[in-house]
Amino acid sequence: MAKQVKKSKQELSKLQNLTKGFLKENPIFVFLLGMCPALAVTSTLETSFGMGVLVIFVLVLSNVVVALIKDFIPKEVKIPSYIVIISTFVTIVGMLTEAYAPLLHESLGIFIPLIVVNCLILGRAESYASKNNVLNSAIDGLGMALGFMFALMAIGFVREFMATGAIAYGVFLPLPFEGSIVNLETYLFNIAVFSGPAGGFIVIGTLLAIYNGFEIRKQKKAELERQKLIEEKKRIALEKKRQRELESAGGKA
Amino acid sequence: MSWTIFFTAIISSMLINNVVLLRFLGVCPFLGVSKKTESGLAMSIAVMFVMVMAALVTYLLYYLVLVPLNIEYIQTIAFILIIASFVQLVEMFIKRFSKKIYKSLGIYLPLITTNCAILGVAVANISENFIDYGTLPGLALAVTTAFGAALGFGLIMFSFSTIRERLESANLPESWKGVPVALVTAGIMALAFLGLAGIV
Repeated sequence: MAKQVKKSKQELSKLQNLTKGFLKENPIFVFLLGMCPALAVTSTLETSFGMGVLVIFVLVLSNVVVALIKDFIPKEVKIPSYIVIISTFVTIVGMLTEAYAPLLHESLGIFIPLIVVNCLILGRAESYASKNNVLNSAIDGLGMALGFMFALMAIGFVREFMATGAIAYGVFLPLPFEGSIVNLETYLFNIAVFSGPAGGFIVIGTLLAIYNGFEIRKQKKAELERQKLIEEKKRIALEKKRQRELESAGGKA
Repeated sequence: MSWTIFFTAIISSMLINNVVLLRFLGVCPFLGVSKKTESGLAMSIAVMFVMVMAALVTYLLYYLVLVPLNIEYIQTIAFILIIASFVQLVEMFIKRFSKKIYKSLGIYLPLITTNCAILGVAVANISENFIDYGTLPGLALAVTTAFGAALGFGLIMFSFSTIRERLESANLPESWKGVPVALVTAGIMALAFLGLAGIV
């Protein structure tokens, strides 16, 4: 948190760099990157949060390292060397998770090594970190990963709530306390499908449609404003023209 | 051990544990390349080739190199390097072998490196402990599983791209057009595939 505050005190472009990943350039809702983990690990809020934390760690560190050594990497082996850097961090993260949060490691399973092929991480290394300095790359990585985590948690929240009617914590993460944030105890109305594979697809599709709906409304508003501005300009031009005609007519008389 | 185990492996990895719909591997190409049936089929053929070869090589690498040297933890790095170089090799081979195939497959080949289905199947083959059947039968089982998974990927790619071609011309609300409705369609397909659970 302190890191974030310190960074936001610097110029605005850095803050924008950090916050662009949330809605404007959200990796999942806008670019559709990293869809596999977004579908697979979001059956509960907690696993989505865990995945998000792992992605933050890997993305920030790989962005920093790529930005540090970008001048030493020959152009021909760019992608393989990025993949090696990323997979090194993924291996470290996997070991740490296995040691400190074994239940999370078990529930994420195969999707921890698969962070390597998450297009989001390779995409940021290729399109941002290989062209910018270390600090900017770190901020970009943090912002994008936070946006990714935000999207995952939104999906996880909807899915867990629809499937169990409650949002539990302390199940997969090694928290000292257990319980649930929301618990409606609606055992009769739970839809178990939502925690399964089919629910993942349907929830992401619906959230995407809602996001698109807002974007389309925003675009329509902007288009309307533009139209109004153009009409206003046309009216002013027409008025000027009329005035000129009137003046010239007056001059003749 | 009898031959039925291979048949079971193919059916189970193709239909019951379908890579795309039930294990969420390879969703990116599934959404990205399925707009046309032809490109979907081309992608699935390329995936099938790389997936089977990668399963073969990674299995051998794991049990002949990594386990004797006691460096299993390097698995992820080694596998992804194998897959990346393999994709490169396939690309060069196809380029030399046939210009026509290269033209139609060319753009999909680099994409395969970041296709999580390939790495996912390779890692799953190791964690399923096929070695319990013995080294050679285990290898055969790993390759068969990969082949079945690739068949499942192709099946879903084909059926989904035909559905999607029709969806293009459907009269939908503006915000549902494109990917959202495709995802919901995939969800309904996944529901249908859930019904196949337990046939083996």
